Amino acid sequence: MPLLEIENLSVTFQTAGGQFTAVDQVSLNIEPGEVVSIVGESGSGKSVSMLALMGLLPWTATITADELRFDGTDMQTIAKPELRKIIGSKMAMIFQEPMTSLNPCFTIGFQLTEALKIHLGMNRAERKKRAIDLLDLVGIPEPNKRLSAFPHQLSGGMNQRVMIAMAISCDPQLLIADEPTTALDVTIQAQILDLLLNLQKEKGMSLVLITHDMGVVAETAERVAVQYAGQQVEKQLVRGLFSEPHHPYTQALLNSLPERSNSRILPSIAGVVPGQFDKPVGCLFSPRCQYATDLCRSTPPRAASLEFGRALCHYPLADGIPTNYPEEVKA
Amino acid sequence: MNGEIVLEAENLTRHYQVERGTFKKPAILKALDGASFKLVKGKTLAVVGESGCGKSTLARLVTMIEQPTSGELKIDGTNIITADQGTLNKLHKKVQIVFQDPYGSLNPRQKIGHALGEPLLVNTSMTRQERREAALKMISLVGLRPEYYDRYPHMFSGGQRQRIAVARALMLNPEIIVLDEPVSALDVSIQAQVLNLIATLQEQFNLAYMFISHDLSVVKHIADEVMVMYLGKPVESGSRDTLFEKPHHPYTRALLSATPVADPFRTKERIVLSGELPSPIAPPPGCAFHPRCPYMTEICKGASPELREIDGCMVACYHPKTY
Repeated sequence: MPLLEIENLSVTFQTAGGQFTAVDQVSLNIEPGEVVSIVGESGSGKSVSMLALMGLLPWTATITADELRFDGTDMQTIAKPELRKIIGSKMAMIFQEPMTSLNPCFTIGFQLTEALKIHLGMNRAERKKRAIDLLDLVGIPEPNKRLSAFPHQLSGGMNQRVMIAMAISCDPQLLIADEPTTALDVTIQAQILDLLLNLQKEKGMSLVLITHDMGVVAETAERVAVQYAGQQVEKQLVRGLFSEPHHPYTQALLNSLPERSNSRILPSIAGVVPGQFDKPVGCLFSPRCQYATDLCRSTPPRAASLEFGRALCHYPLADGIPTNYPEEVKA
Repeated sequence: MNGEIVLEAENLTRHYQVERGTFKKPAILKALDGASFKLVKGKTLAVVGESGCGKSTLARLVTMIEQPTSGELKIDGTNIITADQGTLNKLHKKVQIVFQDPYGSLNPRQKIGHALGEPLLVNTSMTRQERREAALKMISLVGLRPEYYDRYPHMFSGGQRQRIAVARALMLNPEIIVLDEPVSALDVSIQAQVLNLIATLQEQFNLAYMFISHDLSVVKHIADEVMVMYLGKPVESGSRDTLFEKPHHPYTRALLSATPVADPFRTKERIVLSGELPSPIAPPPGCAFHPRCPYMTEICKGASPELREIDGCMVACYHPKTY
């Protein structure tokens, strides 16, 4: 049984300009002990979908789903006090900006032991011992001294380690990392990613890695879901995604990476991600897609079969060429 | 690099005094400690390093926002340290900068047309009509529409704003443009558009670029020469091909191995550096990299290694990798 089942999750926000659909019919299953990556540009709804699962969205958000199950519990009908027992203990999250997600007014030790007190009911001595063990586990030197340090006394990388220690303090089954390394330098990024993957293996957790960096995806994940403008456009194993993308957006995105190009001028994707007021009628990617036809511009596509990575496209790509395409295309 | 040299820096140094309270002596922060390089017309020098390595200080010196503490900086053959104010004013026009954050670098209360016309208003005696025409010409040159002239920055996306920032830098026909992390705040699909624009403009105007970045895959794409910095000092510099194929300095190799590559089939050298960047106020003695270096020996703790030439690269290391 999958640890996490999400079926057709949608999130709409009530804004001054009307309804805005941030997440549109996203489905995702996560097995225990798996590393899954959600990749997409800003505004693709990758963070919002996970925040919806955690119940961390403001009241302006309306969450609908056919299925939203974590470890057998229905997350839609669950009572608030029950939900609070799951969040932070069985299911934990790491946020992008370590400097702003820690409270500057409290010591590392206080913030780290808060969850231990509430979720595990440990006494003071037990909590302190566990906190030191945790800081040691995430590779912070002299954990004993660090407990009384404030966030501003530590570097960004160290703060992110503290965030990770907080997230894994109650041995979660599912860890959601939302752009955990975006604010960090490359050498520190490598350290943090290594740490996350080692912890994931050691503890047998499932890890959801939200990122915009295709390089990070290639080096860490087993399965990938690509999101564009709130929709899930493709789901594949990581090797398949990079060798044979099925959705034109994934293909174009990979081609526009500087490291995968040999020419001085990169094959870029024209235009920008559609916003609240300029959503196209048909396929959301059609205004920027090189293969778009009249059908794409008028009718929203349905997800293709499994061998096409459930690509949300009328003409999913095989070997880089659209299938069932009305015209002849050169590869 | 062959070609006309437009900027030459020799042992460029910038130190800052940092107050540490009433009873302590102020400390000296060596933000930049002896960098030498040349910028050539139509070529790109990329400066690579992590935060705190002195990249942005270097940008401030090259654009003459600050004076160097010591060392020489020659722009078009004129030494800027000894030059008088009149000459400096002329030189200012030749060096322009594009900043990292397109959301912060444009005045939200100024229309795009005015932002583009302002450098001309200050530096030239063009009439209002001429300035407007020049701005409109530049707007179309960077791939925007003429009706954007009367719009405000908040009406644009990040990529468009970065185009505007590039256009503003080009208004005075400069010879040198400093690009301080121009694409790191942008999404991948937009990043490619802006990189293409930068490359086309360079060809068109024969510009010399100083491209500051921490992203090695972008640097590999755009640079001709690369300089890797660590804690205010260049540790390795050379042509792009040599540096990426045969990195000599352990720090360069660690950076290359730490940069994620979008190819799950590739296996690469895996060097994960332990520890973090030391404080630039009290840098480690000897080679500044030695506390994190996997090849560290006794000699590294002594004198700081000098830059020397290995296979066409300048490398500051006692134990460079040889090929």
